[in-house]
Amino acid sequence: MTRLEASSVVVRRNGRNIVDLVSAKGQAGDFIALIGANGAGKSTLLSVLAGLLKPDSGQVTLDGRTLTEYRGTELAKRRAFLPQNPRCEWPISVERLVALGLTPSLPAIGTFPEDFRAKVNATLTAFDLEAHRDQPATTLSGGELARAMLARALVGDPHILIADEPVAGLDPRHTLDTVRRLRHLAGEGKLIIISLHDLTLAARFSTRILAMKAGRLIADGPTAETMTSGLLRDVFDVDACVSGTGDTALVDFSAGS
Amino acid sequence: MKSGPLVILVLTLLLVLLFFISLFSGRVWLPPGDVLRSFASGNDELAAIIVHELRLPRAVLAVLVGASLGVAGAVLQGFTRNPLAEPGLLGVATGASLGAVISIYFGFTSVFALATPLAGLLGALAATALTFALGWGGGSLALILAGVAVSGLTAALISLSLNLAPNANAAYEIMTWIMGSLADRSWDHVWLVTPFIVVGVIAMASTARALDALSLGETQAQSLGIHLTRTRLIILLGTATAVGAATSVTGAIGFIGLVAPHLIRPWVGHQPSRILLPAALAGAVLLLGADIATRLIRFGPELKLGVFTSLLGTPFFFWLVVKLRKTSP
Repeated sequence: MTRLEASSVVVRRNGRNIVDLVSAKGQAGDFIALIGANGAGKSTLLSVLAGLLKPDSGQVTLDGRTLTEYRGTELAKRRAFLPQNPRCEWPISVERLVALGLTPSLPAIGTFPEDFRAKVNATLTAFDLEAHRDQPATTLSGGELARAMLARALVGDPHILIADEPVAGLDPRHTLDTVRRLRHLAGEGKLIIISLHDLTLAARFSTRILAMKAGRLIADGPTAETMTSGLLRDVFDVDACVSGTGDTALVDFSAGS
Repeated sequence: MKSGPLVILVLTLLLVLLFFISLFSGRVWLPPGDVLRSFASGNDELAAIIVHELRLPRAVLAVLVGASLGVAGAVLQGFTRNPLAEPGLLGVATGASLGAVISIYFGFTSVFALATPLAGLLGALAATALTFALGWGGGSLALILAGVAVSGLTAALISLSLNLAPNANAAYEIMTWIMGSLADRSWDHVWLVTPFIVVGVIAMASTARALDALSLGETQAQSLGIHLTRTRLIILLGTATAVGAATSVTGAIGFIGLVAPHLIRPWVGHQPSRILLPAALAGAVLLLGADIATRLIRFGPELKLGVFTSLLGTPFFFWLVVKLRKTSP
């Protein structure tokens, strides 16, 4: 059973705590949406949770062991991470791009194993990328690239997926596609943690909400109970109206002051 | 995708062909038959002496040096994801030049024949250590800037040594050395650089998988379990050892490291790890070809190898800039 736990995490930059004493837990099956204004510390917290950034104090544990105890590849096999707007720097084929997700499992030397090829093929099919297999990844449209990157993150079948704004810049259909896919993965027993600015999506699809403000965690709970207009006023300093729960939830901002 | 092995095969054949051409071409043309016979008999004929003592070490050095420049260029371009990266970038080449120039300046060569290459090697290691210390903690951009700063410093010191050269001869010797050449290199030079080049190239090649992962940028590479600091250290030390050793016997030879990976990239699907071996072969082919050309082109004094590769390489640089201008927004 996957269990990721942050306790009293602090990240300090230029004398300011950009992540300030954050403690939170996530486990298999959770689809956690991290919300907060720009600069609230969401990306930094995600990096810490992914084990890419060592907190100045506090710690993050995965199944009881702190992340720093894991070897790089051992952790990489268990959790996938997607930064905001992931880019591909060389015109490698989409197939190669997706195959890069298997890097931590590759044998130290030798060619690409045959059963890995099967995994890549299955993932290409699952993510509807068959037609783009040999296309240079740098020529993909924004939506296709986001899908290919998600395929890259999931090809190794990680237990945890941490993604920083995976739907930023996507059109409504690709946004819905992506978020549905993530919810489905959570349903299959993965732990999904993403930061999100689209609050309606967060209200409809996530199972839990974490809200950050100025580095502090100010809310943590099941989506239906946590996502309230009171919380949104606190987090974003705007008047918001939350109606409905689950698949019909809607978050709107009032035009007033 | 099947073109990878074909590229390697073609380059290998080309390399073997050029290697033989380099043995019988030059100021004295040797018929191929004489060259082959000199291997069989090993006698003291003039042909045998020319081949064994002059042309063979020269050709072997061209292959070793060209291959290390090619691999170093491929690794550095892959690591920085910058198509203009090359071994000169980290201050390695100019560092080696400075070391050698200091040795010439103080006349160490008259005391000990291999003083210049050894000083070059030390210079390369010192310059790389300085680059690494300056760029520590920053990303690859900080590393490149550190390399540019160190190159600037070493270039200034080389100019200073020319400025202060005690006599015209010393200045001339330094100038000639800087221009880069494979002429009159012996087996001693080959034996001196081979271990360094082998170790350096193996170190650089060991980062192949990290280079692939870096196609996704540093954050994603790190999330895939790639140790970025360790990779950077291996690449710096590998480049310093291999290119430093190469430069310390040949002088500065530009553009081979820049051009070789670009020639290969489209043929192997742009995958950084699959560029390494063909880039080594391409570097060797280019340098061996250039060395043969400098021996054949005759209009006055011998054309220096480093000058020739720069003359040929600069238009390529122009082309690269124009191409980048088209593809980048």
